[in-house]
Amino acid sequence: MSIALLDIGLRHFLLVSLVVFALGLYCVLTRKNAIGILMGVELILNSANINYIAFSHFSSGRYDGQIFAIFVIMLAAAEAVIGLAIVLGIYQNFATIDVEATDNLQG
Amino acid sequence: MEHPFEVSYLRWIVLLPLLGAVVNGILGATLQKRFGKNAISLIACSVVGVAFLCAVAAFLHILRLGPEHRFLLDTLVAPWIHIGDLKVDIAFWVDPLSAVMILIVTGIGGLIHVYSIGYMHDDESYWRFFTFLNLFTAAMLTLVLGDNLLLLFVGWEGVGLCSYALIGFWYKEHANTTAGNKAFIVNRIGDAGFTLGIFTIFWGLNSAGHGTTPVFRELVPVAHYLQTVSVWGIPAATLAALFLFIGATGKSAQIPLYVWLPDAMAGPTPVSALIHAATMVTAGVYMMARMHFVFSLAPVAMNVVATVGALTAIFAATIGLAQNDIKRVLAYSTVSQLGYMVLGVGVGAYAAAIFHLLTHAFFKACLFLGSGSVIHAMGGEQDMRKMGGLREKMPYTFMTFFISTLAIAGLPPLSGFFSKDEILWKTFSGGHPFLWLLGFAGAGMTAFYMFRQVFMTFFGESRADHHTQHHLHESPPVMTYPLIILATGAVLAGFLGVPAALGGSNRFEQWLEPVLVGGHGHAAHVTEHAVESLEYLLMIASVGIAVAGILLAYQMYYRKTLSPEVFSSAGGGAFYDLVYNKYYIDEIYQATFVRGTLALCWLGANFDLYVIDYLVNGAARLTAFIAWLNGWFDNLVIDGLVNAIADGIFAIGNRLRQIQTGSINVYLYVIVGAVAAAQFLPRLSSEMLMPVLIAVVIALAVVGVLALLSARRPLWRPPILRGDAPEPH
Repeated sequence: MSIALLDIGLRHFLLVSLVVFALGLYCVLTRKNAIGILMGVELILNSANINYIAFSHFSSGRYDGQIFAIFVIMLAAAEAVIGLAIVLGIYQNFATIDVEATDNLQG
Repeated sequence: MEHPFEVSYLRWIVLLPLLGAVVNGILGATLQKRFGKNAISLIACSVVGVAFLCAVAAFLHILRLGPEHRFLLDTLVAPWIHIGDLKVDIAFWVDPLSAVMILIVTGIGGLIHVYSIGYMHDDESYWRFFTFLNLFTAAMLTLVLGDNLLLLFVGWEGVGLCSYALIGFWYKEHANTTAGNKAFIVNRIGDAGFTLGIFTIFWGLNSAGHGTTPVFRELVPVAHYLQTVSVWGIPAATLAALFLFIGATGKSAQIPLYVWLPDAMAGPTPVSALIHAATMVTAGVYMMARMHFVFSLAPVAMNVVATVGALTAIFAATIGLAQNDIKRVLAYSTVSQLGYMVLGVGVGAYAAAIFHLLTHAFFKACLFLGSGSVIHAMGGEQDMRKMGGLREKMPYTFMTFFISTLAIAGLPPLSGFFSKDEILWKTFSGGHPFLWLLGFAGAGMTAFYMFRQVFMTFFGESRADHHTQHHLHESPPVMTYPLIILATGAVLAGFLGVPAALGGSNRFEQWLEPVLVGGHGHAAHVTEHAVESLEYLLMIASVGIAVAGILLAYQMYYRKTLSPEVFSSAGGGAFYDLVYNKYYIDEIYQATFVRGTLALCWLGANFDLYVIDYLVNGAARLTAFIAWLNGWFDNLVIDGLVNAIADGIFAIGNRLRQIQTGSINVYLYVIVGAVAAAQFLPRLSSEMLMPVLIAVVIALAVVGVLALLSARRPLWRPPILRGDAPEPH
């Protein structure tokens, strides 16, 4: 079995998930572009999805993890809509989407 | 007495003069301006005239009744005080005693009203005069008609008030208002005694278990219970009698409260005649006769009354000897004659006292009005030394004045003889020879000073200045007719009470007998032969001394064969000075009571000014100081604390707000850090949890303190005190 040979287990999924999460986090923390941050958030969400599905597959055998993943995808879509709407609002007010420039909430 | 006749016209005797006073008092000024002075006098005189007619009707009414039933009642006037068992109504009654009084008050009062039309004719305040005259009449009638002590007291106060108002009638002169004040204040002292008397009767009867009633006819049968109660060993009856007598000394001008009466001559002469001779001053005598059932229970009080009366009679007579003011002589004469009346009451001869009251009302009113006529003619001059020779100029005034002088001197068969002699005889036969001697001497003096007055005023050469002489004239008929009527009364009134010893039956005493049952004046009623001859002897003696007094005055002031110096220089003139200056009684009162009161007032005022005010002001200052301290504490400490907290929070906030960078990256770092820490914390062992938490708190505190210390504004700023605030420009 090719799959058996490769011996891909839960650990690998978690590893991929961790990598994706780290990339997403890095992206969120370092991007100056607001859309970039949103993309990072998408990565983080997807790493969580991988975890859900992996745990679902390797533990209970039921589908609640998958269902949760679908919820998260839907949530991410909604989040992306709102996030992009905010970015559009920022752009209208500041003529830029650089998060460094939009520090009006500074105390 | 059990079933008195109820008649409703008695109230009008009081209400009509009251109505006149109200009408003239409210509308008088307008009426006088629009219809003239006659309208005023028409109202004033007609109400008194109708009241007189009512009084006559009442008199005739009780005359027809049997001696034991002579009693009319008008109880339907108004309810007054109903408290518990105490029921006092405004009710009027007429019995033989009050019948005499209302006839005097309305009759003689009415004549004086008529006389005033002429006397006051040139006065601007004509209406005010008649208002008070009517009000006085109403008050006096309330006094004599009231069927209870309280209503009597209302009248008593009312006459006092009117007396005050009329003495100070010409209020633009300070002396007149002072005289009015004096009369009022001295009378108040007597009134205080009178009220104490009423209280004593109330209290005494209540303590004896016989209720409290001020109604005379209900008091009579229970009065003797007053003897069963005593205060400090003094029977309530004696105490009540003495208190009532103090009231009488005020109103009836007895020692020691007579001082107001001579000064009361400051009022217009008709007032002197009406109030200070004929009616008001007799209120005390009337009241004592009315309360005879209390006095008769108290022999000690009776002796005091008799002694005071006799002393007043002679004391005032001696002062009268040396006065030169025509009205002042009459004033002291009035005090003296009132002394006789009080002496009569004191020896139990109530009927004789009331009889003298009646005759005195006639001749003294006539004398006063006559003197008023003289003063009127002399243009206001009252000094007899500037008169003289008025006989031809004023024939009517002279004749009436002369007749009344004969009457007061006690020459038979004029009224004064009968009444004064009756009192003197009752005094002697009642076992008071010394008091009789005083009265007897007083009678001689009366004859002397009255004839001295007649000779100085009407005989000899006129001593008036040319201008006054030129204007001398007899008074108008409206003034002389009342004089003639009064003089006729002064002649005839005596025949009402011709004593048994002279073949009469003393009808006056019989008339009053049903009222005055219980007086021990009846001792003299039994006229044995030996007693009768003694009575003749005393009569002859008193006529003799009167004639002697007249002759002496004749020699001194008419023939001038005997100089008054004989007396005035006797004893180095000391006695004359003493008498002339009225025994310095006024000065003594001034120095003791008036000055004493004023000194007390001064003390009180200064105590008030320096001690009370100081305390009050001190308290105020203390309060202000504490308030200032409070304000200071509030501003500095309380406000300081509040401001410090506010500033502290502000400063903390000021520092902490710098945490809010506004940079999304920073927030994200914090979120990640916090999540990482949250991952880390549950993994700590329970021993480590506490120190880590404390470390976190300390770290936060250090951050806070650092934030505070680096605040841009000071933590504490000085308080903004009131007044420190900059002026707004």
